Amino acid sequence: MTIHDITPTRRAFLAGAGLVIGVAIAPRFLSAASTGIPAGGSGELKAMNAFVKIGPDDTVTVLSKHIEFGQGPFTGLATLVAEELDADWSQMRAVHSPTDNKVYANLSFGLQGTGGSSSIANAYEQMRKAGATARAMLVAAAAEEWNVPAAEITVEKGRIKHAGSGKESGFGAFADKAARQVAPADPKLKDPKDFVLIGTELPKLDTQGKTDGTAVFTLDIMPEGLLTAVVAHPKHFGAIVKSFDDGNARKVRGVVDIKLVPQGVAVYADNTFSALKGRDALTIEWDLSKAETRSSEELTVEYVRHFDEPGLEATNTGNVDEALRQQGLQTVEAQIVFPFLAHAPMEPLDAVFIKAADGSVDIYNGAQFPGFDQQVAAKILALDEEKVRVNTQLAGGSFGRKAQFGSPYMQEAASVYAAIGGDRPLKHMWTREDDIQGGFYRPMYAHKMRGAIDATGQIVAWEQIIVGQSIMAKADLDSTSVEGASNLPYKIPNLKVTSHNITLPIPPLWWRSVGHTHTGFAVETFVDELLSRVGRDPVEGRLALIDASSRHAGVLRKAAEMADWGAAPPAGRARGVAVVESFGSFVAQVAEISVGSDGAPRVHKVWCAVDCGVAVNPNIIKAQMEGGIGYGLGAVLFDAITLGKGGKITQSNFHDYRSIRMNEMPDVAVEIIKSAEKPTGVGEPGVPPIGPAVANAWRKLTGAPVRQLPIVSVISS
Amino acid sequence: MVTFTLNGAQRTFDGDPDTPLLWVIRDFEKLTGTKYGCGVAQCGACTVHLDGMPRRSCITPIAMIDGSDVVTIEGISGKEAEAVQAAWKGLDVPQCGYCQSGQIMSAVALLQILPKPTDDEIDGAMAGNLCRCATYHRIRAAIHNAAKSMEG
Repeated sequence: MTIHDITPTRRAFLAGAGLVIGVAIAPRFLSAASTGIPAGGSGELKAMNAFVKIGPDDTVTVLSKHIEFGQGPFTGLATLVAEELDADWSQMRAVHSPTDNKVYANLSFGLQGTGGSSSIANAYEQMRKAGATARAMLVAAAAEEWNVPAAEITVEKGRIKHAGSGKESGFGAFADKAARQVAPADPKLKDPKDFVLIGTELPKLDTQGKTDGTAVFTLDIMPEGLLTAVVAHPKHFGAIVKSFDDGNARKVRGVVDIKLVPQGVAVYADNTFSALKGRDALTIEWDLSKAETRSSEELTVEYVRHFDEPGLEATNTGNVDEALRQQGLQTVEAQIVFPFLAHAPMEPLDAVFIKAADGSVDIYNGAQFPGFDQQVAAKILALDEEKVRVNTQLAGGSFGRKAQFGSPYMQEAASVYAAIGGDRPLKHMWTREDDIQGGFYRPMYAHKMRGAIDATGQIVAWEQIIVGQSIMAKADLDSTSVEGASNLPYKIPNLKVTSHNITLPIPPLWWRSVGHTHTGFAVETFVDELLSRVGRDPVEGRLALIDASSRHAGVLRKAAEMADWGAAPPAGRARGVAVVESFGSFVAQVAEISVGSDGAPRVHKVWCAVDCGVAVNPNIIKAQMEGGIGYGLGAVLFDAITLGKGGKITQSNFHDYRSIRMNEMPDVAVEIIKSAEKPTGVGEPGVPPIGPAVANAWRKLTGAPVRQLPIVSVISS
Repeated sequence: MVTFTLNGAQRTFDGDPDTPLLWVIRDFEKLTGTKYGCGVAQCGACTVHLDGMPRRSCITPIAMIDGSDVVTIEGISGKEAEAVQAAWKGLDVPQCGYCQSGQIMSAVALLQILPKPTDDEIDGAMAGNLCRCATYHRIRAAIHNAAKSMEG
């Protein structure tokens, strides 16, 4: 993800070290008990730095600059702090940090944000330093109090000890004194061989509240006097309201008001059902003059037309055209069409606005870029930015959906809040239909591939043309369109990758693993097909095209070993393999499939090997691989957002935008390559290989290559 | 006026009789463990127990439940509930966690009926509960673990 392009400045490592930030850990109506996630202990928490607070009850609260939506930063960042602090895991807590683009910047982006599988990668040293700093301050405080040399003090499992005097204490007793110590500028970090917490499967800090129903998401915030608002949106992208009749809607019990907003017609009510019923009662005439009125089929024709035009060059080595003309080669040509995909997180987009007595506003939402949300809301609410506090909440998934430049969702939510005015708190929520039909999809793409392979398995030429929207809204080459293809891992002397940017009124967005969602599929199915033409084994053939010592090769060999690749699968089944690097992590997967009773692939088992450098929490890494496989598999098998005749969005909810279900989830085995490399992300890299692994198995089983996704769209047609 | 019991306490509702049970539980009773995910009984995030059986509260009009007994994630108890919640914690099943109240309500109901379910029976009972994080692999293992823990 070239989210890294935003402002590639690398800021001071611990910008907030020693800074006491006077934030309340939880708002008034969210007592620690009601969040279900232990939000610090009782009493006043003392800030050691911008990331670590210590309570009188010995609890250590880590302020997570990254949003927790299931990928594990609460646990991961707290582990890094606890390691260097020599804390006991039972005393660790985590909450979301306040919004501050400087203090809580993602060090890869230069502003606060979660994305690109970067949380652990960018915070690895920073959070360890935050822990080491706090430890040094606690030790200094104890040395002063006990009147002993700091060098003689040890810390282990949350206990501060001085062997000579026999003195011992928890952290809480020294929190106040420690907070007043001068923070060391460059605290010494542990040698990785001395880690006691990093690399172990510590239980997740957010599991309890997510098991007993007490975890609070944005939708669960219900202050006294809350208004709930929903917006009637168009069914065509680019349509705007021409006129509307709200007569019947206003008669619905509980409906308070109805307003025209830039995004549609907003219905405000005393409760959710009244708002929904009011919205259903609206009659709206839409102006389609600037709307997309072509169907998906018509768009495909338009996309494919670009194959014959000169594109934006991403890679060009050797001479592909000449190489393809050579005699005695096996050549393959393929076109693959990828549909629009909705992210469909379980919790649709929502936000809560609460005005304080001084006119400032608290916003509660699942913000991936809280600084953008703050800027956008301040502008729309006509307030200074410091009068708008974005309080990041646990989010029910995202998969990229909540990371948007210019915060278009917040533009809608804040516009709805601004339109009604007054002092009542307001919740703006999207329904599932709004979510499925709301755009910001993984764009539709068309790939054209041409390749040639000689009898030894050497691929001599590879041309790939990629047509689709630029996620970064670029006029020139967008690296998110070609990542994974332009930097093909296979050694090919003649390689050419080009792209074409398409402009549509359908807003695009990154979707879990961004460009690799389609390039991974195209590359890994095409290389498999080329190898099969000359009878090469998919694993051995790939290994021959990459360095034996590479991390690519490492995960590929491991996955093959786990699957016992050389052995024949059970009767009626076939296996496919794929390996993809994304976000600096390497993942290989072997999928074993059969033809299901419905004629579609039935995926029985997936073996997955991942190399993500130092494994901070192996259990979370495995969970992200399992989840990535399920998320990717559901999309590849079932999912497409399509525009029907006239451009109307076809799908509306989970009945026609299918998700993988319990009975369709394969058994998954995950192994993590032992590594001393710096940690890289795992939120996204589990996704790209599963599609091509399944498609490669499908071709082996049925002889039919997968040239259009989702797979069921080809089987049923 | 609709009268029902919610987690053992008698409650009444005199609003719009079409209001789905989900929104009565959340907006009027302020119990937020039960989630909205689709509104059309396709995802199971809103699953509660209605007279002991799992029920999608998002499509259950409040008028239909007069005299019924409703239990939500906040009110579940008994050996199946304890075993399921312990097993969920043991495997750190939740990721984003949004669907998990519904998953747990379906799993508890399953074990109340079938104390030792097979994989097929788990598929049958749980296929109506979506998890976009795809924690299914661990949900299945946790249900088996819970069943095992109840044997002794």
